[in-house]
Amino acid sequence: MTDRATIRAEADRLFTALQETGAQVAEADILLPAGALLDLYGEDIRARAYVTQDPIRGEMMLRPDFTVPVVQMHMTHGAEPARYCYRGEVFRKQDHIAARASEYLQVGYEVFARDAPATADAEAFALFHRLLAPLNLRPATGDMGILLAAVRGLHTTDRRKAALLRHVWRPRRFRALLDRFAGRTPLPQARVRLLDRLRSDTPQALMQAAGPFIGLRAPEEVAARARSLIEDSAAPPVSHREAALLDDLLAVSAAAPEALARLQDIAASLPSIVPAVERFSDRLSALTALGIDTATLPFQASHGRSTLEYYDGFVFSFHADRPGWPPVASGGRYDALTSVLGQGRSIPAVGGVIRPGLVAALGAAS
Amino acid sequence: MTLKIGVPSKGRLMDRTFAWFGARGLTMRQSGSEREYSGSMDGLDGAELVLLSASEIPRELSAGRIHLGVTGSDLVRDRLADWDMQVAELAALGFGQADLIIAVPAAWIDVDTLDDLDAVAAAFRAAHGHRLRIATKYHRLVRDFLAGQGVADYQLVDSLGATEGSVRNLTAEAIADITSTGETLRANHLKMLSDGLVHRSEATLYAARAADWTPAARAALADLARCAGLVPPALP
Repeated sequence: MTDRATIRAEADRLFTALQETGAQVAEADILLPAGALLDLYGEDIRARAYVTQDPIRGEMMLRPDFTVPVVQMHMTHGAEPARYCYRGEVFRKQDHIAARASEYLQVGYEVFARDAPATADAEAFALFHRLLAPLNLRPATGDMGILLAAVRGLHTTDRRKAALLRHVWRPRRFRALLDRFAGRTPLPQARVRLLDRLRSDTPQALMQAAGPFIGLRAPEEVAARARSLIEDSAAPPVSHREAALLDDLLAVSAAAPEALARLQDIAASLPSIVPAVERFSDRLSALTALGIDTATLPFQASHGRSTLEYYDGFVFSFHADRPGWPPVASGGRYDALTSVLGQGRSIPAVGGVIRPGLVAALGAAS
Repeated sequence: MTLKIGVPSKGRLMDRTFAWFGARGLTMRQSGSEREYSGSMDGLDGAELVLLSASEIPRELSAGRIHLGVTGSDLVRDRLADWDMQVAELAALGFGQADLIIAVPAAWIDVDTLDDLDAVAAAFRAAHGHRLRIATKYHRLVRDFLAGQGVADYQLVDSLGATEGSVRNLTAEAIADITSTGETLRANHLKMLSDGLVHRSEATLYAARAADWTPAARAALADLARCAGLVPPALP
């Protein structure tokens, strides 16, 4: 176990290095209103964050990460473009015995800039890469933007696309939905029966037969979904060709140049991903220009799918060769998050965090 | 006294626990009056009964204040993080069966599966401005189950009793609760999701890994295991 003073000193060293790049220092409260975090992360955050009750402000959480308060701060009174750095404790409930720390320091860096996203991506990655270089960590990269573009470009109904997009970060349900939309798995029996009955009866009649209506979800909402199920049953399946292309895309895992070549192949049949693949290519050029050896840089199209839901473009992490360790550093692009938190306004953003506790432990070992 | 056994302090769960051990030649006796929450076990030297509320037994096992305990597997798995690292299952006792299930209003003709619930949750959130509420006492089990199934846009709201009434009372849109026959669900105009079985619960005898397993406690456990025909667990 590394002692607190050593970890604090490591955090200071990293934080100073980030300030030397010219980034502004961002401060954030430790007690954050729970509402925004719950809206963003869903019920899972309740299992991961410490929730407490304030007599005036209601439900509050001990800061589970800096991204939300830093984005909110920037959206309220930040100038553009902006670069921020921060350092402080975050708190995560651990639901497993002797697993990971429930309170630890994070040092982070965020870039808010409208122009040249590929350059900003490369800047954030290269900065972390430089700060962590002595530790010989294994980098991992991906790009959620390519998968999102592929889904948006499917030849199917908007409703199906929305359902798939909503579950991009939950691979299991995404797979189940895709298999059903592509006709690879049959409709559940109950759905077949319901569609049968809806051919001869109105939703209202079926509801009446089912019993008294209770609860906040109104009969009109049930009827509307019944209609949407009828519509959906009439829509043709996602073609086997497109479903297979999505499978190919999700399976891409190789050194960056080979991954790029494979994605360009896929893009020839799935033109909706062309701009995203071009951005990947631009990012590699920008990384090379910043001295990163992209020839060996690992790229995985599904990297970032089961982590934080808000990353929607470039994603990266740095891993130590220690079993059971979380990434030493991780980050990514989260353009959509700024519009969720910016009440109508948005700005492209990319950033990440380092865990000085892990850096210090590795430093002590070497 | 060397081996402390936590048993439910009242009702059918207590009676059937006493009967289960009794059928194996281990007669449990409440000492003094019926109001005294302690007892002993004939045929097993050095065993001490501690009569506790079934809902306290997981916590007492976790803390190692009792060596063995009888309670529902739903309570152990919901109340204890990494339950199988904290306790070892010695035997399922064949009673106290109940299913933890997810139920929605019967009038939701468009909902039969978790897939439907998930789709409805997304639409509900868009229409009502808050996430679909599921009332339950079993937060860990339900959250882990729904996360594993990839259901989103719901929130769990705490319900301490009469959970089946929360939809009618407009405090939740769906519930996750224990049912054995489904009668209470039907009476409250609710129906189970066809794939919404979260956990099949049963009264179970557990050993606490954190208890003080002295040589005498181990010997008493070995005796108990032999009488009851159980395989004693590996303990630290």
